[in-house]
Amino acid sequence: MTVLVDSDTRVVVQGITGHQGTVHTVQMKLFGTQVVAGVTPGKGGAQVEGVPVFNSVADAVAKTGANVSVIFVPAPFARDAFVEATDAGIRLAVIVTEHIPFHDMLTMFHYGRLRGTRIIGPNCPGVAAPGKAKAGIIPNVVFRPGRVGVVSRSGTLTYEIVNGIKEVGLGQSTCIGLGGDPVVGTSFVDALPLFEQDPETDLVVLVGEIGGTAEEEAAEYIHQHFSKPVVAYIAGRSAPEGKRMGHAGAIIARGRGTAASKRSALMQAGATVADFPYDVPALVAQRLREAGNR
Amino acid sequence: MVKLAEWRGKEIFRRYGIPIPSGRVVRSAAEAADVVRTGAVALPVVVKAQVLAGGRGKGGAVRFASTPDELQAVVSAMLGMQFKGETVKELLLEPKVAVGRELYLSIALDRSARVPLLIASGQGGVEIESMADDQLLRVPVHPFVGLAAYEKLRVGGVFSLTPPASKELGGLLDALWQAFQREDAELVEINPLAVVDGHLVALDAKVIIEDDASFRHPEYAEIRDDRTPLEEIAREKEIAFVQLDGDIGVIANGAGLTMATLDVLSQFGGKPGVFLDLGGTDDPNKVTEAFLLMAKARPSVVFLNIFGGVTRCDTVAKGLVAAMTQVPDSDRFPLVARIRGNNEDLGRQILESAGITALSDLKASAQAVVEAEKQRKAGGGS
Repeated sequence: MTVLVDSDTRVVVQGITGHQGTVHTVQMKLFGTQVVAGVTPGKGGAQVEGVPVFNSVADAVAKTGANVSVIFVPAPFARDAFVEATDAGIRLAVIVTEHIPFHDMLTMFHYGRLRGTRIIGPNCPGVAAPGKAKAGIIPNVVFRPGRVGVVSRSGTLTYEIVNGIKEVGLGQSTCIGLGGDPVVGTSFVDALPLFEQDPETDLVVLVGEIGGTAEEEAAEYIHQHFSKPVVAYIAGRSAPEGKRMGHAGAIIARGRGTAASKRSALMQAGATVADFPYDVPALVAQRLREAGNR
Repeated sequence: MVKLAEWRGKEIFRRYGIPIPSGRVVRSAAEAADVVRTGAVALPVVVKAQVLAGGRGKGGAVRFASTPDELQAVVSAMLGMQFKGETVKELLLEPKVAVGRELYLSIALDRSARVPLLIASGQGGVEIESMADDQLLRVPVHPFVGLAAYEKLRVGGVFSLTPPASKELGGLLDALWQAFQREDAELVEINPLAVVDGHLVALDAKVIIEDDASFRHPEYAEIRDDRTPLEEIAREKEIAFVQLDGDIGVIANGAGLTMATLDVLSQFGGKPGVFLDLGGTDDPNKVTEAFLLMAKARPSVVFLNIFGGVTRCDTVAKGLVAAMTQVPDSDRFPLVARIRGNNEDLGRQILESAGITALSDLKASAQAVVEAEKQRKAGGGS
């Protein structure tokens, strides 16, 4: 068993005929993922990179046994695309689309919760388990199969750190890019139990950012329930209060959500906190040695 | 994030049936005189500067006038005044009322719980940050349900109102909830919600609208009171752009990497000034636009830090080389480029053939940037 995706994952790409949908269908296939279907209403019967396109997710599921959806449809239509996937029986939806209004995300999150569908994202790189499957857009080149789990709110910074882990000769079990929006379907606290239960993960790298309290909550969870070593990095130490730093979520408001508060919470929970992203790989190697896993 | 001036927020409240004073917005002393002469607003009046910063009462941005002459003096003094970095261009004139009690009411997003959170307090009129925690009632509102009757009773409990205000509260709470949801608001805040002659009246309005919902709210797209001119251009080009205090320009892709870049620069004594996030693009023209925008901000030195994922390094390199030919000589700046990831070698070749050195180590690059800035400053900015 692995975290979220594995060799049994059968991906349907919603919005497969769009530019991003097509580009990443190719990349997911190159990663070794079974991309079994695409959905674009009105384009059923077409093929994209050898993948059959259907008019609805229900059709795609019925004909191909798809069980994970990766959603690229534009923001105004993302909510309905997610509801369609959920109603068709999909239980894991990776939403890559950015700029989804948070009010729509609230609807999606609570609808998914009622129906039992987990959301990764939105505005996220998605999930990848090297050697098994990828549902999302993380570049293939950064991976190498291994036993380090990665969970992150960032995009490119995640790629940078995952790549760094590879460069010191280690590899990853599963990498989850949660997305940095104000409302995310899966938070650190939701993702950490998956790694705790995963026998293929020895250590988790947590990449956080300023804004919100997700890292503080993660620290609380780690302190109480998490038995594996954690190495963390928090971006935005030098960010000023009141300025939104790219992600809608990355803002220090009223003194809350600072890097200092997150770092100290994680340290108190027993995590090793890196000062800079390039320090992460060496700290991972060190914690693994201490734990006797290398 | 579109912060609305008070009068725009009150206009929303009025549409949803939340009682507000009957005021008028004026932009000149002549307009103010007209408003009073025609009886649209009766003297004595309160004159409120339409700025976005808080603390207006203490800062002289809310004043009173009892006679037409006083009004002329107050309006002339306030129009054009500076308030916490904003220039006062609009004033809201409202009849002065005898305020009974002042209450607090707001709805905003609780990110952790992933539900909207209503906050109510019987002690309004001061900034919420200064209110004691035990004086705030927090009511999570399920987005599928809205406010249930028992939750409204809890709010009524902390307000301890008497009729007719107590009878008006339920409708007002529904209206505020509807405004929050239907206008795609990040925040709706009434502070103070006052009791005037026994009735509830929203004496102030703070409404923030979410940018991402502009596809269904084009009416807010025109409002851009709180952006610098360069931030405005960046917004049109869909480039995330933030102006800070320093002089070093940073162009990176992805918010997390950009923030990490700032952190590393700060560590080596660099002061980042303009922060520009390309996001995930594979369009060289967007990279060119970003560099031309950066040139306008007149940085001392620019640090390009790209990890190619969705964005390929060769795309960025092409856009960069194109931009360098278009930047006027007067706006030229030293450049340190660090590229990693997808098509890294190709990107490096393109840059090097244009005479730009591309590094791969983040730490070394940051040190090079800080060094380049020192040299430029030592050389008198040449």
